[in-house]
Amino acid sequence: MAKHLITATINGDEVDFSCAADQTLLEVLRENLHMTGTKNGCGSGDCGACTVILNGRAINACLVLGAELEGADIETIEGMSNGNELHPLQQKFLDHAALQCGICTPGFLNMAKALLEKNPDPTETEVRFGLAGNLCRCTGYDKIVRAVMDAAAEMRAGNS
Amino acid sequence: MSNTNDTTGTNFKWVGKQTRRPDGPDKVTGRARYGDDLILPGMLCGKILRSPHAHAKILSIDTSKAKALKGVKAVVTSADIPDHPLLEPPYGPMIADFHDISRNVLAREKVLYDGHAVAGVAATSERIAREALKLIEVEYEVLPHVLDPLQAAEPDAPILHDHQFTHGIEPALEKPSNVFRVVSKERGDIDKGFAEADIVIEREFRSQPVHQGYIEPQALIAAASEDGSVELWTTTQGHFVIRGLCARLLNMDMAKIRVTASEIGGGFGGKNNVYAEPVAIRLSQMTGRPVRMVMTRSEVFRATGPASGTYSRIRMGAKKDGTITAAEAEIYNQAGAFKGSPVGRSVETFFSAYTIANARAVAHDVCVNRPKVAAYRAPGAPMAALAAENTINELASRLGMDPIDIRLKNAVKDGDQSLSGTKYGRIGLVDVLEKVKSHAHYSAPLGPNQGRGFALGYWMHGGGLSSVSAHLLDDGTVAVATGNPDIGGSRSSMRAMAAEELGVDIELVKPIVADTGSMGYSHLTAGSRTTFATGLAVINSVREIIEKLRALAARKWDIPVDEVFWEAGQAETRRSGIEPLTLKQLAGMATKMGGPIAGHSEINAGGAGAAFSAQLVDVEVDPETGFVSPKRYTVIQDAGRAISPDYVEGQMQGGAVQGIGWALNEEYIYDDKGRLLNSGFLDYRMPVASDVPMIDTVIVEVPNPNHPYGVRGVGEPPIVPAPAAVANAVENAIGKTMGSLPLSPPKVLEAIEQLQATGD
Repeated sequence: MAKHLITATINGDEVDFSCAADQTLLEVLRENLHMTGTKNGCGSGDCGACTVILNGRAINACLVLGAELEGADIETIEGMSNGNELHPLQQKFLDHAALQCGICTPGFLNMAKALLEKNPDPTETEVRFGLAGNLCRCTGYDKIVRAVMDAAAEMRAGNS
Repeated sequence: MSNTNDTTGTNFKWVGKQTRRPDGPDKVTGRARYGDDLILPGMLCGKILRSPHAHAKILSIDTSKAKALKGVKAVVTSADIPDHPLLEPPYGPMIADFHDISRNVLAREKVLYDGHAVAGVAATSERIAREALKLIEVEYEVLPHVLDPLQAAEPDAPILHDHQFTHGIEPALEKPSNVFRVVSKERGDIDKGFAEADIVIEREFRSQPVHQGYIEPQALIAAASEDGSVELWTTTQGHFVIRGLCARLLNMDMAKIRVTASEIGGGFGGKNNVYAEPVAIRLSQMTGRPVRMVMTRSEVFRATGPASGTYSRIRMGAKKDGTITAAEAEIYNQAGAFKGSPVGRSVETFFSAYTIANARAVAHDVCVNRPKVAAYRAPGAPMAALAAENTINELASRLGMDPIDIRLKNAVKDGDQSLSGTKYGRIGLVDVLEKVKSHAHYSAPLGPNQGRGFALGYWMHGGGLSSVSAHLLDDGTVAVATGNPDIGGSRSSMRAMAAEELGVDIELVKPIVADTGSMGYSHLTAGSRTTFATGLAVINSVREIIEKLRALAARKWDIPVDEVFWEAGQAETRRSGIEPLTLKQLAGMATKMGGPIAGHSEINAGGAGAAFSAQLVDVEVDPETGFVSPKRYTVIQDAGRAISPDYVEGQMQGGAVQGIGWALNEEYIYDDKGRLLNSGFLDYRMPVASDVPMIDTVIVEVPNPNHPYGVRGVGEPPIVPAPAAVANAVENAIGKTMGSLPLSPPKVLEAIEQLQATGD
């Protein structure tokens, strides 16, 4: 199958990749670029495990084709921390024990990051609806919601 | 024992404290490697062809066109794996029949459910593998199918297995049956007990199969070598179990299969079994290349899990003072395509929390044309609890009694014996019930269209086989290797117990999950057994290290070893003029004074204790749509001792929310040909963050005397009462009994409309 040659920005770096016309961004990341931090839970946009940030919006990487991404800006979990310094959301997920098995965690972190960029001071209900596209089967969501609220508070304090 | 640590008190440095989990940073950065995150040079993509029929004879399979496709390296069918004889009675409580397992891995004479594996392909790309599946020609003779356990138990039902005759009934049947066996427990005089009752309630309950719903699909890589050895990387709750199953299924030497458990993305019992592992091993053997196999979500739904759907009927009688005089219950558990539903645990769950003198519990293991059930968090228990708990709630309601008081009146206490014959040691049921009664949630006011539900869950957690190897390194750090995949934070608990025993900083202890070639057998991470049983092996292992360090200090000081004590991370003696030696100092001198220091433990842990989880839930029902929304939820549970309290809370919260899904949303929907219609997360709707409230938790600690720190299993108990509590809340909100899960909007709306029509 003929390949498309794409140049995109991933986590701040210019990356060239080739992909088949039917390959999704999720497949490009995992299979072509070996960036396995983005997880595959369903491949149909229903679980949110593959959530990445594309041009500032949280999207399901399994629902976007790689061939569409010429010039795109993509943020994945591998780019969330600053070197060894965890992002406040990552730190709060650890502090609140907001993960058990951890397979949904990269998707939740990206979704929460995009949510807080739009709404830095969300209510509990806004957090719950903001994360409603991401499935977690382990935690019952309680500690995830607390971690996101706490990270939001810390990020607001840091920005003021 | 000269370890002076006080394990019975509460003055711990690491046990019971929140610490940063050892697997945490890798999981929040995407670095943790799960089943599908390993890439090997030259690996092929494996895919499985699955049955489109619920029940059919396989007349022929022609793989020649698939094999001829460029890029296809191998195709396997059941003809390429060994057959195994049928297991003969007597049957134990856990059935591992390799005749069945091999046929579930690859169908042989018949396909028994939509999604049943028929053939496997290895190709150079996923696209080619998918193309190859389309080129495999299978000729089927479609047979009538049956999905419902009651219908399947009828004498004229379509029969899945011509060789299966019901076990455990008198007189024996002359015809084959879908009922594999009937198990029962009975005590006292049932008729006399009901005659003594002032009130008798009879009810029926139904439930649909529900999937474990782990977010990570099954995924693995098998790499075979020409010398007959195999390396297997797989997402599993028990890599030693996978090794044993693969060796037996493929007639291989067990030591030649080395299995590494990947990081596991959820399991809940659904990753206790083999599915594609033996197929991938055969494909790798045939091609000489690593073969990766990853299930799609649709394959996960069609071919793995679920928990049994059930039908149950129950009758309970009580005196006016609330004393339950008699109880009998019968449940039909769907086993799926092959025998082996959790009938024993269903029987055990019905009445084990209560001292009912006259009781009988019966469970039927019924084969139907659905995927073979897998364990799901407290397998067999939640639907038995649904029946018993809501019948007790109705007894209380009719007698005008408080639902906690009726349970306190009949609660089992230390020394009582359950219907299944378990004699209880120290148990915390009364403590848990008292905590519920005094909790603010219990007496909080309710709003319009709201109802409060309550239910109690019993679970006897597991013990069993565990191995641990602990190594003191010469810089004073400690490597602790277990054989149990860490599914909910067990590395953190293992580390806490090891650091507590050794008396060293927790960051000096590094816990890992080792592969099957590195250490002794360890049973599954299942049955809420790991912190208890594997934790015991950790404690034994580091205590062996302490003994060796005492001996080393004795040699260094040239005094008898019984004069050396281990205290707060160092060797001490009461002799004057001798300064203590720290663990780090001793570690540094060990290799020059005798050799490396390690401790290991291989045990069969007994002494598991009963655990109880009680749950309160408030729901609000929309009278226009029948939609049920949980508004407040409290889980109160005896953990014995919470080694890592925040993860114990996480288990309690996660179990409760799975129970909410079971009660309200989740079910398998089949068409009239027995094909699964909702094999995706869009239509199989698990709870999302906006469906549920915060889940409040109260950890009760009544220590288990059979564990040095008092641990009881915590993973499974919280799901046991959850569906019952939610269903009870819906009943109380609308004022009508509801016996058929899930309580989805159409059912609730129908009940509301019936009530309005009758003017009740």
